[in-house]
Amino acid sequence: MADADLVVIGAGPAGTAAARTAADAGARVIVLDEQPAAGGQIYRAVGQTTEALAAILGPDYRAGRDLVAALDHTNIRHLPGATVWRVDPDGTVCVSVAGRGRKLAGRRLLLATGALERPVPIPGWTLPGVMTAGAAQILLKTAAMVPRATVLAGSGPLLYLLAQQLVRAGRPPLALVETRLPSAWRAAWRHGPGAFRGWRTLARGAGMLAAIRRAGIPRYRGATGLAVEGAAQAEALRFTAGGREHRIPCRTVLLHQGVVPNIQITGALRLPHLWDAAQRCFRPVVDEWGGTALEMVFVAGDGAGIAGAGAAALAGRIAALQAVHGLGLIDAGARDAAAAPLRRALARERAARPLLDALYPPSPEVLRPDDATIVCRCEEVTAGEIRALAGLGCLGPNQLKAFSRAGMGPCQGRYCGLTVTELLAEATGRPPGEVGYYRLRTPLKPVTLGELADLAPPEVRA
Amino acid sequence: MSSASPFERLSPPADTVTFTFEGETIAAAAGDTLAAALLAAGAGPLRRTPATGAPRGPWCMMGACYDCLVEVDGASVQACMTPVRKGMAVRRLDRVAGRHRG
Repeated sequence: MADADLVVIGAGPAGTAAARTAADAGARVIVLDEQPAAGGQIYRAVGQTTEALAAILGPDYRAGRDLVAALDHTNIRHLPGATVWRVDPDGTVCVSVAGRGRKLAGRRLLLATGALERPVPIPGWTLPGVMTAGAAQILLKTAAMVPRATVLAGSGPLLYLLAQQLVRAGRPPLALVETRLPSAWRAAWRHGPGAFRGWRTLARGAGMLAAIRRAGIPRYRGATGLAVEGAAQAEALRFTAGGREHRIPCRTVLLHQGVVPNIQITGALRLPHLWDAAQRCFRPVVDEWGGTALEMVFVAGDGAGIAGAGAAALAGRIAALQAVHGLGLIDAGARDAAAAPLRRALARERAARPLLDALYPPSPEVLRPDDATIVCRCEEVTAGEIRALAGLGCLGPNQLKAFSRAGMGPCQGRYCGLTVTELLAEATGRPPGEVGYYRLRTPLKPVTLGELADLAPPEVRA
Repeated sequence: MSSASPFERLSPPADTVTFTFEGETIAAAAGDTLAAALLAAGAGPLRRTPATGAPRGPWCMMGACYDCLVEVDGASVQACMTPVRKGMAVRRLDRVAGRHRG
């Protein structure tokens, strides 16, 4: 017997919106989320925030309160602090809550596990004090903490948002170092007319840039050769820009090269994935409802392809409509009538994405780093070792894993997988989609023997 | 602690909770994760890698990278996923053995 009509994994924009839509249609919903409160990373701790902090984080963050509040419904059970470590094609989910393992079964599953920061392998990226821009935002949202003497470096609108938030907090960064080439505008220009439909997104970006300019934050463009110096912690960021070498002494370096879909569960389910050439990442193949090759499994939000929080919530609602239709709770007419305005809004949300992708491409230096740079943080495997193994005939990420241990540490390849794919593609002259990705396996996160034993039937445990 | 903090709090915490890191008492804000509290306190590296002994600290703050592993009561836990509790005894994960735990 199923524990719920719909089990949602992830309580970010896609998961919370989907849960509410399904609950409103009469479905019993369980929402599993690893964090202590709903909201995902974008709306992290939004339900607990103070007015002062919300003012720093901005109106887009505040808007997340409604999404989180939507989980308050008699049909929804939200389990926070729930780490999912196994998902089976039959809808069974193995999860640990407060160190105890348990199994849940849903008649339908919605995977709304969002995004991860793209790996940023540059020399020194493993030093303490070097973090993702997203990590700094989490510290701001959850603990009202801001970095001291910080440099923001990389590519993507999140860097501008974070800079703007730090300005509002009265702690502007020392510099903004962008790897984007000024010529990115030329490549992006052809997306102009389509992107105009996403003008709100672009207007927000212009506002952020204006705030950065007013604050007098030095901005370097077309930066190459980024490297963090330091013995036991970050001490300076080195780079070349405008034909000159620069060195900015600092205490923290916040790196960002965009975000990529978190495919740990869809990968472990062996669902078909495709290589997204524009976003340089893998994403699961989904239909217009977020449906997958498994009838009962849906994917919505950034986990199905990066499109942002607004699009994620809409995609979550659309997937939930199809899920509850499949359960016989609403007919096709009601499903389609409810989906139509959501689809129009989703098209608007997605309109600016091709422009953003073209404007803020990941730096080639982080896609295919220099030989001496560490690629796998956990096992400390360098790009040079990976290239050498490719030269010896190693053809794919899984063979490489066995030879080098890259991807075998506790992060399970989350912060090296895409780099390994890119390096093998470069070395073998094959497209990344053909090289493929690590074979993802259960347990998706490290678990104890005790958590495994909790799942045994009572007669075995007795 | 030995090094000043790379982060600062925008306002002093209303409620504090004390715990120890490597035997030194640290005052955290109630509701902090261990990672936030240790960063705010300038605790330095949270672990050294099993492969080369390189120093590490939090990278992702969302439970994905496992670079903020620390030892609590003999088990390694992710500092960014572990709320601070009063009297917690936390140690740097310096051993070569990889007793990883989520």
